[in-house]
Amino acid sequence: MLIPHPLLGLRDAQEFTVLGDASLLARPDPTRSDAEAAFCDYVFLRDNPKGVHRELWFHEQGDRSWLVVTRDTVTHEILSAELASDVKKRMEGTE
Amino acid sequence: MTRFSGFRVLKEALTGHNGWAPLWRNPAPKPAYDFVIIGGGGHGLATAYTLAKTFGQANVAVLEKGWIGGGNVGRNTTIIRSNYLLPGNQPFYELSMKLWENLEQDTNFNSMVSQRGIINLIHSDAQRDAYRRRGNAMMLSGAGARLLDVDQLRQMVPFLNYDNARFPIRGALMQSRAGTARHDGVAWGYARGADSRGVDIIQNCEVTGFRVEGGKVQGVETTRGFIGAGKVGVAVAGHSSQVMAKAGLRLPIESHALQAFVSEGLKPTIPGVITFGAGHFYVSQSDKGGLVFGGDIDGYNSYAQRGNLPVVEDVAEGGMALMPMIGRARLLRSWGGIVDMSMDGSPIIDRTPIDGLYFNGGWNYGGFKATPAAGHVFAHLLATDTPHETATAFRFDRFNRGYVIDEKGVGATPNLH
Repeated sequence: MLIPHPLLGLRDAQEFTVLGDASLLARPDPTRSDAEAAFCDYVFLRDNPKGVHRELWFHEQGDRSWLVVTRDTVTHEILSAELASDVKKRMEGTE
Repeated sequence: MTRFSGFRVLKEALTGHNGWAPLWRNPAPKPAYDFVIIGGGGHGLATAYTLAKTFGQANVAVLEKGWIGGGNVGRNTTIIRSNYLLPGNQPFYELSMKLWENLEQDTNFNSMVSQRGIINLIHSDAQRDAYRRRGNAMMLSGAGARLLDVDQLRQMVPFLNYDNARFPIRGALMQSRAGTARHDGVAWGYARGADSRGVDIIQNCEVTGFRVEGGKVQGVETTRGFIGAGKVGVAVAGHSSQVMAKAGLRLPIESHALQAFVSEGLKPTIPGVITFGAGHFYVSQSDKGGLVFGGDIDGYNSYAQRGNLPVVEDVAEGGMALMPMIGRARLLRSWGGIVDMSMDGSPIIDRTPIDGLYFNGGWNYGGFKATPAAGHVFAHLLATDTPHETATAFRFDRFNRGYVIDEKGVGATPNLH
């Protein structure tokens, strides 16, 4: 599998390690009253979709950036990749 | 059910083999059952068999979206063992081992259970300490274990590369009662036994939804219409998240592809199962002579039932590092199966928040060896509404209560278990 790295172009998936579902970027607010239950869901529960899946890949043997890769879990086709830092900024509205 | 026996084989041989009948019926679904089991794999069939045989429940249906035994029970590397460390796991797997030892007499079906032993290789003093501890845990559960030094190991398996520069072999932990079983035969034996006790095995019947009223399950919607049910048990590992999502539940599970390989047939070489954990490789030899081997999961979520080439290369390298003699053997087949990787590497057998809906899944890469015990304890849970004494730790709430059963100690990272 080749991953279209937004800075480095097509890179072999072998250079990466996978963390899993990109929902891990949406860390719950630890100050909210139901934080314990929210963190339990955040740490342990997954949607585990059959089809399009957004997931975190780490370019360990490359530029050591975190990417959000959109991939099909049935065909293994990679649909897009972007820097996780950009995704995070967009989530927080700071871009 | 006509019993199988040596005499029967002889009789059929002399009478033109005209007396054999199909092993199970192909019934149309009834409007309702007391128990509906979703998933006609090893676990589902063993559950139905135990419900009928041990708990006297005949009004049971097994629903299978394809054909029985076509999922992971037909795709594994057939190893059976009970060599776990943690108290939540080991008594359960030892129950399974005891059930394996009596499986063929119990089901009157040749499942080719072959207790040739499993060897876990040791490469360092630290690993020897860890395996000594594991062996002690195994002995506490009654499973038995032997710590082998390198001379004993050389007599048993002289062909290993003992002087590998990175992972020199210093000994092994052995469980003599472990071994292999004929995976398809396990499914067929349970199917025949369940069917003969009145269980309806309904193939080509995919569950498309659950009917829940007032917090209680009423039955399942399927591609062959609605089927009412008093209780529903889900045993669909690989697709657990997909099926349980139809009931509105999210699981602590990711689906991953695990590959397996078989070589051309060779003369008898490998006495039992050999695992080379440090090199991510394990191997046994089938009765036909093929080397059956595998390694790690591919590492990313997948529902593809096929793997990718980097893991093929990784497994082949592990094999060559361990036993260079296999370098000239040709690969006959490779395939992939989709496994439920759970957040602590251990399974879940529990009730759900929906009354009458029960779940069995999260078996990681080790569901096959658990088949008899999973059927036993899941049937126990379905029939009595209380967990079996060996499965009290396999609860959904262990994650939020902090009682995870993490054999490998890597935390909530399913692709590392």
